[in-house]
Amino acid sequence: MAKYKFWTVLFVAFCIWAGFFIWNGEKQDRSDKFKLGLDLSGGTRLIYKADTSIINESEADEAMVSLRDTIERRVNLFGVSEPLIQVQKSGVFGGGEERRLVVELPGITNIDEAIKKIGQTPSLEFKLLPKDVEEDIKTKELTDKNTISRMFVSTGLDGRMLEKATLQFDQNFANKPIVGIKFNEEGSKLFAKITRENIGNMVGIFLDGNLIEAPSIREEIEGGEAVITGNFSVAQAKQVIRDLNYGALPLPISLISTETVGASLGNEAVKSSVNAGLYAFIIISLFLIAWYGFNGLVASFALLLYSIINLLLFKFIPVTLTSAGIAGFILSIGMAVDANILIFERTKEELKKGKDKYDALNEGFNRAWSSIRDSNLSSIITAVILYYFASTPVVKGFALVFFIGVLVSMFSAITASRTILFAFTKNKN
Amino acid sequence: MNIVKYRKIFYIISFVLIGVSFYSIFAFGLKTGTDFSGGSLLEIGFKEGAPSKEIVNKVIIDSGISNTVIQQIKEGGFSIKLREISQEEKNNILIGIQSLGFIPIEKSFTNVGPVLGKEALNKSIVSIILVLMAIVCFVAFAFRKVSKPISSWVYGFVAIIALLHDVIIPTGIFAIFGNLYGFEIDTLFITAILVILGFSVHDTIVVFDRVRENLNNSTPPKTTEEFDKIVDQSVRETFVRSLNTSLTTLLAIAVLYIWGPDSIKHFSLTLLIGITVGTYSSIFIGSPLLTTINRFKFKK
Repeated sequence: MAKYKFWTVLFVAFCIWAGFFIWNGEKQDRSDKFKLGLDLSGGTRLIYKADTSIINESEADEAMVSLRDTIERRVNLFGVSEPLIQVQKSGVFGGGEERRLVVELPGITNIDEAIKKIGQTPSLEFKLLPKDVEEDIKTKELTDKNTISRMFVSTGLDGRMLEKATLQFDQNFANKPIVGIKFNEEGSKLFAKITRENIGNMVGIFLDGNLIEAPSIREEIEGGEAVITGNFSVAQAKQVIRDLNYGALPLPISLISTETVGASLGNEAVKSSVNAGLYAFIIISLFLIAWYGFNGLVASFALLLYSIINLLLFKFIPVTLTSAGIAGFILSIGMAVDANILIFERTKEELKKGKDKYDALNEGFNRAWSSIRDSNLSSIITAVILYYFASTPVVKGFALVFFIGVLVSMFSAITASRTILFAFTKNKN
Repeated sequence: MNIVKYRKIFYIISFVLIGVSFYSIFAFGLKTGTDFSGGSLLEIGFKEGAPSKEIVNKVIIDSGISNTVIQQIKEGGFSIKLREISQEEKNNILIGIQSLGFIPIEKSFTNVGPVLGKEALNKSIVSIILVLMAIVCFVAFAFRKVSKPISSWVYGFVAIIALLHDVIIPTGIFAIFGNLYGFEIDTLFITAILVILGFSVHDTIVVFDRVRENLNNSTPPKTTEEFDKIVDQSVRETFVRSLNTSLTTLLAIAVLYIWGPDSIKHFSLTLLIGITVGTYSSIFIGSPLLTTINRFKFKK
């Protein structure tokens, strides 16, 4: 008896401490606040499709990582707090495999700015025009740029091997702005090799898939330096250089989905969610007290402990809370009553049958446990499948919170709740 | 408590509900949100003075976009569903409204490409099928040791019937609401359905578990009447627990519906309907079905 009472006092102390800890964490601008999803914090989510058709499948994963890093560098430039940039592979549903990049920018609502800074990044490629193809074009007198562009052959030399781009002024052409590029070591070697083996051929410089110019190779170029003359204004040249410098994208990307949630909408959602949570807890507690009397009060305390354990888990894992996630948490509070009450009910049943306290406790637990385990397993299966197949972060957030909620309810039922309930059981003997 | 005796009444109620639901689904169809069909969803609010729906509609048509669905949301705001539009087109709409003297605030804007939409739809269908399959196997496995007088697969089968019942009715109701109020099926709706599935099985297992226990503790029933009695007794014993769990869960969801954020109002409503139906099916359909099947086997 004393054992249960001791643990109960411990749990009460724990609740008070945890409650204070959580409350405090949310007040100021501390780093241990709850992580909020976009629909609660406000912000922008952009989903890009990466075109991996130009490289080998085996290199695609690496290219995606490089893409991710490049975009992250860019995003960090405009000072977003806790941006999230992730590579995603779409499954085999609804079409072939697609590689995607998800960019989440909490707090950024000027989506035009965001897209411009991220999306307008050029991809740089160097392609060769073999001599016989060049002859072909001359004889057929092809002039369509698109057709000609497609006749160029990839060399493997592209923006990934760029070390630096600089603004230069062409002295031969009245100081026209030009883009000077310097390759890194790997690029320099490859560039030297290409120029050495293709003297007399044309090399096409493609920016974003567009053929900018196609100078002829006059000699081997060691040292990895070249210029792109094109037809840039100073502003344009500067933009291209800036973008090239912050990492020419290894892959071209296109925007396939956007989502912006205004900060006010996000705040509203947080307020409503918190209110709903509080009201839910109070109403359920009132119901329990009305139904079970004093035991109901004890059960409410067990529920409080359950809620606090969940919240602490959300803080420490950390779990990104969305509006659906908080809904899942509130739902799990309602469902947790079951597991937490059942053991107690069963034990009461056994006591009524005349068993002594120890046996009743044991029997009650054993009988109840299989029922709790089986009935909660179905919820767990649902949560796992939901999580794996979630197509939006909102659903994913819900699935995770729901999953945690069910597990914690099973856990608290066999530990904390049971202990608290028994601490208050009047000894019938 | 004589659930088994009056089972025919409950069967009829369910038949009617399912019939109406099927009819609604086929007659009205299901409206899909941008999650599945792709497109854009723009939510705007106004600080002071909001325009009428017609004015907003005209601005949109003037900018060359047709086939939009505009709904009023609270405080004079609008929820506008359109085909996929670019940032520029969206800005044009806002500027258009502004030029008429109103101050629109962009609350949220979502743009989903068709590929993503189709993917989401496929994923949702697959997840529902998987959950159904997983639950059948799980129930059959959990009840594998009870083979008399009905095999464990029967439990699984009955659970599935109850589950289908619990999915079809809320979907039917949403078809009706879709027709009347423009309610849409989106990824959250599918999530709600999956939660309902999980919960309904939870409830059903509570009863079946009791049936199993009572069957184990007594001599195998030799007549259908004896089996009926055991089922009735099990329902009676678990009735309070089932009701309690469902009530507390429903209370939680009702609070969510009333005080929770707007974005999950439909979600909460789906859950409310589904869990109510789920509880009803576990108590009034699931158990009586066991006896019906038992009778059927007995006659053979």
